Amino acid sequence: MSRNSELKEIIARRVAKELKDGYMVNLGIGLPTLVANYLPEDVDVLFQSENGMLGLGPAPEEGFEDKDISNAGGQPVTIVPGGMYFDSSYSFGLIRGGHVDVTVLGALEVDEKANIANWMIPGKMVPGMGGAMDLLVGAKKVIVAMLHTAKDRPKILKVCHLPLTAVGAVNMIITELCVFEYIDGKLTLIELINDSKLEEVRTKTEAEFIVKL
Amino acid sequence: MIKTISMNECVSLIKPGMSIMVGGFMAVGTPEHIVNALVKSDVKDLTLICTDTATECNGVGKMVVNKQFSKIIASHIGLNRETGRQLTTGETDVQLVPQGTLAERIRAGGTGLGGFLTPTGIGTIVEEGKQIIEVNDNKYILELPLRADVALIYGSIVDKAGNVFIQKTTRNFNSIMALAADLVIVEATKLVEVGEIDPHLVMVPSTLVDYIVDMTVLEVE
Repeated sequence: MSRNSELKEIIARRVAKELKDGYMVNLGIGLPTLVANYLPEDVDVLFQSENGMLGLGPAPEEGFEDKDISNAGGQPVTIVPGGMYFDSSYSFGLIRGGHVDVTVLGALEVDEKANIANWMIPGKMVPGMGGAMDLLVGAKKVIVAMLHTAKDRPKILKVCHLPLTAVGAVNMIITELCVFEYIDGKLTLIELINDSKLEEVRTKTEAEFIVKL
Repeated sequence: MIKTISMNECVSLIKPGMSIMVGGFMAVGTPEHIVNALVKSDVKDLTLICTDTATECNGVGKMVVNKQFSKIIASHIGLNRETGRQLTTGETDVQLVPQGTLAERIRAGGTGLGGFLTPTGIGTIVEEGKQIIEVNDNKYILELPLRADVALIYGSIVDKAGNVFIQKTTRNFNSIMALAADLVIVEATKLVEVGEIDPHLVMVPSTLVDYIVDMTVLEVE
């Protein structure tokens, strides 16, 4: 396993602790998808997939794919007992309507005011926002799960520079080094993980933050 | 009324300059055979309304590669490099819309609404040039309805009158698009007699469907 994948596993394991029994949860593509692998045994949640299902299950074994069941990345998945299918309008009704308890997304930048940028880099990459803007605005709790820096450059900034995906929408940031929570609107360091040191977090974070360990 | 048409007849209904809505999410639930026939027909200057442009070799992505669209309205184009290229060079007018907003604009277009208020996109470039309305101290964007000349939708099981059942995650945008176009054509994976689909499972009523392309016959041919 590469160093980066190890770090991503550490992040996913920590995010999984935020999921509580009975939650409806939407996981973004990439790192957030790994969170499902670390769900505690006594916690039952239903994963929502914005393309039209609740009760997203694990990937099928090879040879048992059903081309009519896919996740939001278009990959074949399964549905768990107690799941359901719906159309896109209903799916985003669940999302915007505040019925998703937690959404976990990656980010390019997050800032002191809980703003997030994760959908485009002007002139370089314009993949589109997909369902991210709706999820950020609608989910009860937004967790950003990402590596702390990109090529050693901080991603947790005073102010986002890239076009925003949502304003003031983030509740928690979990990286391989630590957990930040926005408490009374202030970015607050609440936990060091993976034996990291406060000094390292300070060096790798541009944003000002309060420490409440 | 006999609604079944051949693939050639279906293709002849799609003319240059038209706007088309195409169901599917990353090509899952896209009427793939109709799309293939449109690629072959080479009809150009279309406006596409679809949640994504799939990949270069899937769904409507193939029509992007074949440069059949002058305008694309979608929520995600990131898995089709050709769409990104056409956006960057300005060859195609690509408008990116949040996915929930796209679904609701289509629903509004199909259900007689003059628009709707959504918090999605407030404070981002999505709100630029749009009316912002405050309700109970919350800001919302007024988003307008969306309709098309033609909706091309996918049906898992269709009866001969045009009632449509769309299974599992292939439903996505298909059922709402059927409300929002002047002409609705369904690609029927399986065609059955009227009454064979449990009414609980009908997701698009027959009266919304103008034509059926019966794949069971075409596949035998």
